[in-house]
Amino acid sequence: MTQLALVIDLNVCVGCHACVTSCKQWNTSGTAGSLVDLNPYGKDPNGTFFNRVQTFEVGEYPNTQTVHFPKSCLHCEDPPCVPVCPTGASYKRAQDGIVLVDYDKCIGCKYCTWACPYGAREFDEDRKVMTKCTLCVDRVTDTKLPETERKPACVLACPANARLFGDVHDPESVVSKAIAERGGYQLMPEWGTRPANHYLPRRKTEIRIHPEDLERVDNPLKLDRKLPEYAPRDLGREDFAT
Amino acid sequence: MQPAFSVIFLTTLIGAAQGLFLALYATEISGLGGLSALDSQQFLSSATLVALLLTALGLLASFFHLGHPERAWRSAVMWRTSWLSREVIALPLFMLGLFLYGGAHWSGLGNTRWIGAVTVLLCLGLFVATAMIYASVRFLQEWASPLTLVNYLLLGCASGLTLATLLAAGLGMTTLVTPYAFAAAALTLLAWVTRSAALLRNARLKPKSSLQSAIGIKHPRIVQMAQGFMGGSFNTREFFHGRTAQVLRSVKWTFLLLVFPLPLLCLILGANTASTALLFLAFALQYIGLLAERWFFFAQANHPQNLYYQTIS
Repeated sequence: MTQLALVIDLNVCVGCHACVTSCKQWNTSGTAGSLVDLNPYGKDPNGTFFNRVQTFEVGEYPNTQTVHFPKSCLHCEDPPCVPVCPTGASYKRAQDGIVLVDYDKCIGCKYCTWACPYGAREFDEDRKVMTKCTLCVDRVTDTKLPETERKPACVLACPANARLFGDVHDPESVVSKAIAERGGYQLMPEWGTRPANHYLPRRKTEIRIHPEDLERVDNPLKLDRKLPEYAPRDLGREDFAT
Repeated sequence: MQPAFSVIFLTTLIGAAQGLFLALYATEISGLGGLSALDSQQFLSSATLVALLLTALGLLASFFHLGHPERAWRSAVMWRTSWLSREVIALPLFMLGLFLYGGAHWSGLGNTRWIGAVTVLLCLGLFVATAMIYASVRFLQEWASPLTLVNYLLLGCASGLTLATLLAAGLGMTTLVTPYAFAAAALTLLAWVTRSAALLRNARLKPKSSLQSAIGIKHPRIVQMAQGFMGGSFNTREFFHGRTAQVLRSVKWTFLLLVFPLPLLCLILGANTASTALLFLAFALQYIGLLAERWFFFAQANHPQNLYYQTIS
């Protein structure tokens, strides 16, 4: 069974919000749209965004890390928002595991938002239906697009390549390998929702210097096996042979 | 959570109607009050009509909760998985039961015991469905407890019996006033205990989620610097009551006063002095108190998604 998902690399995300704006642009003009903005130019603007980038500070000064944290629907494998829906408007697609809302069936009771611990769903006050991240279902399944463009808008927009997209059930996929090799994890595992989206943790950047990097072990000029004597040489005339 | 007034009215109105019906059916099968056949017929049919009106008002209020009320019929589809769907089915069936029960009494067609028995089952089913809508959302830990079901049941029955006492006094069924007032007082006391138990439980609740599990970083000190937007969104509107802790506390003490001790006092005084006005006051105070109780029930629930929306920037 296919389970499409995003894998977000927190080690790479620079918090530029390009995924946020491209998501808004694509989804407000696509089949999920338009995403309502209440009072957008007024005093108290309210907006719908399926994807947000939040910023957290971890640690205590001076040992702090600024973590940029993109958040959208996690397309849970056991989505708690689906069984609570009284009309069946909220559903999980069998063929690719994407959690969607049928806008023609939704009665706008908002019960599903209570049942999502991540706050992934946003009510559309104009159309009076629940909306959410579609994982750009209209884009990833569009066979008229070139293969490389059949990805969610946020993934294509990311300039740092912090967002990976693929089938997390296929052990050979890029996303599955990234999760396995780099300790990919899920959000709020305590609720047993089994989110399909994973996050790759921060890594410590280390410089590794091997002895060979400093001294060539198989130097053919070093016949006496003694350490070379470094003659003082002028800048630009160093003897790299030793 | 942001309290939704449509749901506050729905749950309090149908709760009182359900409690009232249970009192009426108990009166019929136990022969309480030794009413004459005519009195019994008149009282049970008119009081059932009151219960039916309350459920109709509740149903009307519930429509204001929907973005698309014209599609409300669709919400009966997912009864296999959704408690909300089960409530949507149970409420009209209970109303039908009330209609048939009241109608059978009014027209003297008989079979009221059988109709009443089925309606009791529907009534209890409705209590379970309504309460489980809240108790089944495991993310709202304040709600996810058997006490939620117990409180919906007992508060509904208490307010229903207070209303039954008022109706018995108002319709001149004097033999019923004292036993009803006694039952109303007993249920109110019982609900006082269980609602207080829920308050105590919630006061010492430990949130299952933390900022650490929310973003998956295991460090004791994490501070949100920006939630990602400076305006509002559904996430900042729906999941927080937007009032101060002071307001929350005063609503709590208001409902603790209005739902339990004051109606108890009015019931005792009203039953002793046979004063319909005092019994009316008992129901009015208790109902207003229940509105505050339901408001607090919503406002107190803390949704884990709020962890992601702590700091604007």
